[in-house]
Amino acid sequence: MIKLQDVNKYFGENHVLKDINLTVAEGEKLVIIGPSGSGKSTTVRCMNFLEAPTSGQVIIDGEELTQKNKIQLVRRTSAMVFQSFNLYPHKTVLENLTLAPIKLQKLTKEEAIKKARKYLATVGLSEKENAYPSTLSGGQQQRVAIARALATERKIILFDEPTSALDPETVQEVLDVMIKLSKENITMVVVTHEMGFARVVADRIIFMDEGRIVEEGKPEHFFENPSEERTKLFLSKILR
Amino acid sequence: MKSSNPFALWRWEKMFGEWQMFGEGFLRTIEVAALALILALVLGIIFGVISTSNNKVMRGIARVYVEFFQNTPLVIQVFFMYNGLAIAGIRLSVFMIGVLGVGIYHGAYVSEVVKTGITSIPVGQVEAAKSQGFTYVQYMRYIILPQTIKIILPPLTNQAVNLIKNTSVLAMISGFDLMYMADSWASSSLDYGPSYVFAGFLYFMLCFPLATWARKYEERLKRKDTARIPFDPSEEAVTC
Ligand SMILES: Nc1ncnc2c1ncn2[C@@H]1O[C@H](COP(=O)(O)OP(=O)(O)OP(=O)(O)O)[C@@H](O)[C@H]1O
Ligand SMILES: [Mg+2]
Repeated sequence: MIKLQDVNKYFGENHVLKDINLTVAEGEKLVIIGPSGSGKSTTVRCMNFLEAPTSGQVIIDGEELTQKNKIQLVRRTSAMVFQSFNLYPHKTVLENLTLAPIKLQKLTKEEAIKKARKYLATVGLSEKENAYPSTLSGGQQQRVAIARALATERKIILFDEPTSALDPETVQEVLDVMIKLSKENITMVVVTHEMGFARVVADRIIFMDEGRIVEEGKPEHFFENPSEERTKLFLSKILR
Repeated sequence: MKSSNPFALWRWEKMFGEWQMFGEGFLRTIEVAALALILALVLGIIFGVISTSNNKVMRGIARVYVEFFQNTPLVIQVFFMYNGLAIAGIRLSVFMIGVLGVGIYHGAYVSEVVKTGITSIPVGQVEAAKSQGFTYVQYMRYIILPQTIKIILPPLTNQAVNLIKNTSVLAMISGFDLMYMADSWASSSLDYGPSYVFAGFLYFMLCFPLATWARKYEERLKRKDTARIPFDPSEEAVTC
């Protein structure tokens, strides 16, 4: 489904991704963890070409993702949920969900609204369809953002620290929605510091440090006997 | 013997006897201003959007346009169109010169306003749009530009008001606008006082409502944004 082949990324002199090789299978839930600045965001952002790799290939659904085909390929395959929600503030919740389906997937307004309502129900926010994002709590906004990603019905959803900007008391409501999603056949790539979530949801965890994949494995492996020193150190800090 | 006061009552009576003349000029001014405003908005949006693109050549073109028209006097630009183009064999009516001259000149200012508006929108909005598969033109149109309206409306109104006043440059090339009519009445009747006061009053009648309307519109938009806090009965204050 997603394949990164020898991906390197430089920001100027700064070598942020170093020979990243990674395959995500259809329906897999992949969790990426690692310290700040290790390149987690850059890795996921290469998967929808928000960042262009300096070298190497990103292959989505068997097709290489390039500057040229990025719009068509992204439109067909992936959606993204951001740390800062990035809902469209000038649109209502319902309009946030229907904009892309109407403009990009050429659904009629009625079809798009029907779909939007279905996914708003999935995230438990049906009663907020006419609200504007600024009137919602952080947790609610992020649930709307997840519903917006779902409404385009793409096989892959990329999450970049979806709960890091939330008040502690609203983190769980977002995680609950994501756990619910993980039961579906959606391919999820999730950057997170929520180890409890990773343990429950991940099929596989990747630990990144200084632009490299240091270790990968099943959650049991990670939380019971990680093999790399750096992983142990990181986990001991984050799990306290 | 009639009073020689430049504002004497009889001078006003004489002028209002010729009110059609001022009426014609007033209509001409409105027509030129309306068309020039449309042109300025179209050019301003196009060049404003271009000046924020990633393409260096496009940005350069926008820069040249803005710098050229902002840093030479409108009168010279209009004179050039009036005389210079005629030499080159291009004949334009004074009306067209008014529309083009004033429109292109203010387009440069509108472009700067639009650019400021676009750069004030958080980058997350573009990222969200790209992650959904919107093209550059699509996200400008549906997501970025609509969000700039609130920010750019006040400076845009200033531009519209300046534009209306600047149509008076047409008087220099016998444009039959309000200023020209006032000029010719003043010099033929020698009633400078009433003529210019009346013309000034008519300009004010155009500009003042516009400024007022835009201010109200802006206030309403702002209120709309904050007043949509959803009503939650469970949170109703209990006073005891
Ligand atoms: N647009 C950019 N321009 C320049 N440098 C960047 C840019 N984006 C990221 N970087 C740098 O690349 C490195 C990796 O950043 P990245 O955001 O991928 O890390 P991360 O693992 O997601 O960290 P965090 O946990 O803080 O989000 C950092 O050193 C960062 O400063
Ligand atoms: Mg990050």
